[in-house]
Amino acid sequence: MDFSIATYAIPFLLIGTKTTLFIAAFGVGLGLPFGILLATARISRVNTIRKCADFYCAVFRGTPMLVQIFVIYYGLAQIGLIRHNAVMWWLIGDSLHAAILAVILNTGAYTAEIFRTALLSLPRGLIEAAEACGMSPWVIFHRIKFPLALRQALPSYSTEVAVIVKESSLASTITVLEITGYAKRLMSETFAIMDIFVVTAVFYLTINVICLSALNAIERRLSFERHSAR
Amino acid sequence: MLHDIWVLMIEKGWSLALLHGAGITILIGLLGVVIGLATAIPLAILRWRRVPVLSQLVDVYSIVIRGVPGLLVIYLLFFGSVDWVQKIASAFGYADSAENAYPFIVGIIAIAAISCAYSIEVIRGALQAVPDGLLEAARSLSLSPPVTFLRVTLPLALRLALGGINNVWQMTIKDTSLVSVVGMQELMRAAAVAAGITRSPLLFYCLAAAMFFAITAASQVLFDRAERHFNRGFSRG
Repeated sequence: MDFSIATYAIPFLLIGTKTTLFIAAFGVGLGLPFGILLATARISRVNTIRKCADFYCAVFRGTPMLVQIFVIYYGLAQIGLIRHNAVMWWLIGDSLHAAILAVILNTGAYTAEIFRTALLSLPRGLIEAAEACGMSPWVIFHRIKFPLALRQALPSYSTEVAVIVKESSLASTITVLEITGYAKRLMSETFAIMDIFVVTAVFYLTINVICLSALNAIERRLSFERHSAR
Repeated sequence: MLHDIWVLMIEKGWSLALLHGAGITILIGLLGVVIGLATAIPLAILRWRRVPVLSQLVDVYSIVIRGVPGLLVIYLLFFGSVDWVQKIASAFGYADSAENAYPFIVGIIAIAAISCAYSIEVIRGALQAVPDGLLEAARSLSLSPPVTFLRVTLPLALRLALGGINNVWQMTIKDTSLVSVVGMQELMRAAAVAAGITRSPLLFYCLAAAMFFAITAASQVLFDRAERHFNRGFSRG
């Protein structure tokens, strides 16, 4: 392994890391609430809402992220209505914005699946008790259902966060220079393919380890054991 | 509008190009999963038996491949192999045919390498989940270890692994789209070419999405059926 190549590559990859983390932060920050919203829609009693949400999740989970990102970035730009609408154009006209949008829409579908199973696995008795106390549906959701479902869903969601970090690499296919984009450029520049791969892999693994341990810490904080141990 | 689509798809023949691409996608996906599984089973056994050194190497392989984006693995294999594939091919006098077959071969290797890493975890988990009692029963019948493994452990583990293999397959078929970025003529590439020439990306990318969706949905139905078949005689849950 040639260290001069590593020292040459690291500054570029650090710039790329900023973009990767930027995309991933939006993916988690907006994708999580969106996914939870979708999950509640999927267990809604209203047929149309449930069907629509089911269809959305099936489509986004059944097609590759690459197709989604291309439809959003290249496909939607073809529609005049979107091109002439300032807000829409701001969303998809810029490649970074389009990549972020694609990541949010994609992770939302997977997150919804995680939270749907979590919400469905809640003990019926607790919700009946809350109803018996005369809590409104909204209060039941944010005081009873959501906190319990969150504990259930966190372990699977931490895997999803790692997936978001990896999926953000597809932004490089629409000219956003994040870690993978820079890695590709460095590979064709230096021809030290393996060295660049190793350095890049270390970057990704570090990000993943940091994200997973952060989520682990949250999980521990939220778990029942801490309270009973006190 | 509808007439335009008719002209593009039928008279200009783009629908055939997309269908051909879809065929290649399925072929790459199947070969990738089959090769990946075939290599994952011995590797998973190494991990399961905790063979020193080798099991750690398998671990490193699986963690690295699962931790980095598929795109990066594909770049590594494509750019990393251009040189020596050319050298080997020209040494045997096949320089021209290597040029054409090269993306296909490396593409399958890349997809197989990714699906293998995920399959290792699935199979190792399944091997560990086989109840000890059954293995003890096999030992008390004085079955030899290889027979125990082939007739008891492996069939039971494969039944347990079926759900995980389904996940790997769904992921792999979607990962095949990544090979398009290095020039493999599969569904995504066919759609990109069509979108570029006809200047209607929305139509062709949506069609590609629909075809991918059809493939994943159809294979889900098949897997559900297979699961029901292999779980006959076992109580639910």
